[in-house]
This record gives sequence, C-alpha cells and structure tokens, in this order.
Amino acid sequence: MVSPVSKRAPTAVKVLVAGGFGVGKTTFVGSVSEIEPLTTEAALTSASLGVDDTSAVHGKTTTTVAMDFGRLTLSNNIILYLFGTPGQDRFWFMWDELVRGAIGAVVLVDTRRMADSFPAIDFFENRRVPFLVAVNRFDANTYEYPLPMVRNAADLAPHRPLMYCDARRPDSAQTTLVHLVRHALELALSGDLPDEP
Amino acid sequence: MAGDWSGSTGLGDSWDESEPLVRPYAVTRGRTAPAVPLELVALVATTDSGMAAIRRRGRLAPEEHDIAILCMRIHSIAEISARLKLPLMVVRVLIDDMARDGMVSVHRPENPDRPSPELLRRVLHGLTRL
Repeated sequence: MVSPVSKRAPTAVKVLVAGGFGVGKTTFVGSVSEIEPLTTEAALTSASLGVDDTSAVHGKTTTTVAMDFGRLTLSNNIILYLFGTPGQDRFWFMWDELVRGAIGAVVLVDTRRMADSFPAIDFFENRRVPFLVAVNRFDANTYEYPLPMVRNAADLAPHRPLMYCDARRPDSAQTTLVHLVRHALELALSGDLPDEP
Repeated sequence: MAGDWSGSTGLGDSWDESEPLVRPYAVTRGRTAPAVPLELVALVATTDSGMAAIRRRGRLAPEEHDIAILCMRIHSIAEISARLKLPLMVVRVLIDDMARDGMVSVHRPENPDRPSPELLRRVLHGLTRL
C-alpha cells in the first residue's frame, strides 16, 4: 500500500488572464510560464450553453477559438495553468469551460484603452468569478492614472483588488497571482460565492 | 521550479490508488464517454501497461502512441492538444479510450466547479515560495 502523502498525485489548477486586445495577456502568461506559451484550438459548442451534453450530439454548432496558455509547477505538487482568454468579445458567453473550476481571473487594463477591458470586468462580475484588475504599465510613456481614478472609471466595487503590474516582469506577474489567489481564498472563506460559477 | 515527479517516467503507477482517477463512465452505443467531458487541466500519465504498449508496435493507433510517449511525463488535456496539434475534442475521445484500456491514468480536478479553500491555501503557499 502506497502512502497517500508521499505518493499524492499532482493537482492542476487554472487562472484566467483577460482584458482587451493587445493589453498584454500573452506577455503576462509568458512571463510566469515555465514553458513557451502554447496555443490550443478550443472547440466551443452549444453544449457550453447549458444544453444537456448527450442531447447536444446532434446538430450542435461549433466555433473554434484559439487560446494561449502557460504552465507553472509549484513546489508542492500543484501545476498552475494560465489561460489567456480568447480575444473576441463575442465568444465570451461561451466561456463556461474556461471559467468552470478556475481559481479566478486577472483582468489586465491598458489605461489608454481602458474601456476595452470593461466587458471582461462585467463578465466576471456577472458570473461571480473571483478576479482582480491589474493596470499594465508596459510602456514607460503610459500616462499613469491614479488607481482611485481607474476604480471609478471601471466602476469597481471597493473590495475588488486593483493594482499596477508589469506583465513583462515575472516577479510582478507572480505578485499579481498571489493577490488573486488571496482574494479568491477570502471570498471562499466568507461564503460569498455561489456553489457553481 | 519543477515538482518532485517532473523527471520521472510512468507516473501512473506511483499515484495513490485510493484517489479517484477516472469517474464512472456512461456507456452509449458501444463506446464509453465520461458524463462530463475531461477538463482542460485534467492530468494524464502513461501507465506501465501504456509503456509496454509503446514497446510492442502495433498495439496503439499512431495518435495514441504519440500520447503515450508524451505522457511519460505528465501533461494536461490542453497541453496534449497543443503539443500534438490535435483538436481538444479528439484528444478527449482518445484519452477516454486509452484510460478505459488502462494505457493512461487520468487525474481530474478535485472539485470541478471551484477550488476548495484548502487547495487555494496550497496554491498560495506554493506561489509565495517561488
């Protein structure tokens, strides 16, 4: 009989990285990933819309969306996968598969095109998925908005974590992930989450 | 950065047998499929039987052979799809078949809807120790 502790199977978890087009999602994934980010073609089907799986076999519609993702192995036998969400906003209603089981999401914001990230914020708010908003300062010339202004513009709840990050820097991206997981843990402990996303 | 298991091969045989590896199957039209499709981050490892099948040529279909070789190191469904350039739907069907035949072990997320506080604590601990 093997010991359950020493022979524990690895556990996989996932985090989503969202935001408008060109906001730095793939950069963020790549800076913390231990592998070159991979791309998979996800077939999003009508089964994702809540239709019963077996009944969806006939006449289901399929859309293919490319997803970039990376992987980070933590020392305690946990593998963290980071998924950059597909850029096309119109497919968001099909994201059940990505959202299901996720720890939460990092929504990246470019202050020059702040509104591009609003749909992602709305999506995760509506689905009650833990998320934080990270203002990506990837350009030294980026005009820096004070965070309270960003919170105001994005209409973020007071408890919602909001921070700066530099998606190109692994330490910065890692700190952002720590804040997200801490936030998800707080929400889980406060019982402020639905049973199902 | 890599976990303890990362350099080993044939991980399937080292997993704790008491942990649920594959959920009950629903049988439809002579083929088995899990009631809920395998998650993107479900982890796949080639078993001893899978290793033996790699050595005996002809036992595995070409795609299954590639999967068995790849999963000598553990890989997720999403990684298998990306590395072997196979659509996710195809990977899910192949892994289903291979798991049924004992060629691979599949480890699905402990709570498919949302990670438990205990798991979140472990993730937080792991992230801060990087």
